[in-house]
Amino acid sequence: MKYLRQIIIILFISFLGEVLNYLIPLPVPASIYGIVIMFGLLVSGRLKLSSVKETSHFLIDIMPIMFVAPAVGLMDAWDLIRGSVVQYLVLILGSTFLVMGLTGVITQLMLNKGSAKGGEDHA
Amino acid sequence: MHDFFSQSVYFGALATFGFYQLGVYLKKKTGLAIMNPILVAAVIIVVLLKVTRTEYADYNAGAKYITYLLTPTTVCLAVPLYEQFELLKKHRVALLTGITSSVIISALLILGFSVLFGLTHEEFVTFLPKSITTAIAMGLSEQLGGYVSITVVAVIITGVFGNIAAEAVLKLFHVTHPIAKGVAIGSSSHAVGTAKAMELGEIEGAMSSLSIAVAGVLTVIASIIFSMIY
Repeated sequence: MKYLRQIIIILFISFLGEVLNYLIPLPVPASIYGIVIMFGLLVSGRLKLSSVKETSHFLIDIMPIMFVAPAVGLMDAWDLIRGSVVQYLVLILGSTFLVMGLTGVITQLMLNKGSAKGGEDHA
Repeated sequence: MHDFFSQSVYFGALATFGFYQLGVYLKKKTGLAIMNPILVAAVIIVVLLKVTRTEYADYNAGAKYITYLLTPTTVCLAVPLYEQFELLKKHRVALLTGITSSVIISALLILGFSVLFGLTHEEFVTFLPKSITTAIAMGLSEQLGGYVSITVVAVIITGVFGNIAAEAVLKLFHVTHPIAKGVAIGSSSHAVGTAKAMELGEIEGAMSSLSIAVAGVLTVIASIIFSMIY
């Protein structure tokens, strides 16, 4: 009955996320409230890792499959985007390139500053 | 035949699982990042639907039960984050500064490109969450009024590009510290990029996967604020 209990806990937290999404007038997805609730329960020790571990790992393992159908949905949106594909690609590739490079530089600066001061960050 | 595909209850789900599995096989055989199983499965299914003249809605009538699991699965992302909590605490200053900068830089760049290309508000919010894990990106795009299927494809392209280009980009920017490499890869190109970070080393991989969840949550906040600007 281990899996049954784990599924109930995960569905209950998802449901709480939906309730918060409904009550709070912010465009925050139900799943984000759910992550925060689950993480808070785990850190505070109210929920044991063993109460959700196996089902969580199983769902995360198969998660990429859940994105296939939405990606196929692009065929319905194709007419809408056909004219802008080049701009979209420039935006996607250009921003990814700069975000990766600059984030690396900033994190490295912080790390070097930390270790120069004898801080807690070591490789 | 066309009528059969349109009415079948299990066709959509079988095609989704089956072609994803084929994608995993091709990825393993070739070792190419472009053979991303989501991309392979989606391309094959689009061709199949076109050939059999089946509507997306008919395919999705079966496939939507898979997508249904996405919210509970996203909630479960708290579990690996909790499992890596000690690592997060140990490097909190560098990690939080790095990931926060990444989230802000990403939003600013997407804003800049959107202004430059004269994109609509809907297009802008479609791309805002493109550097984070698909699970959060989809929910966010939907809540902000973006085109969810374009967001999904943008996220995948971002990941595949990050995976292929990571080594060259980090070299170009003289990033040599393993923690900095991991944070840069994970916060810019989520799980698909993280696969590359894991090849680079254990620290790079752990830092990269930690960055996915943190960047995901921070991007929700940044996107809500930025969606009010443009």
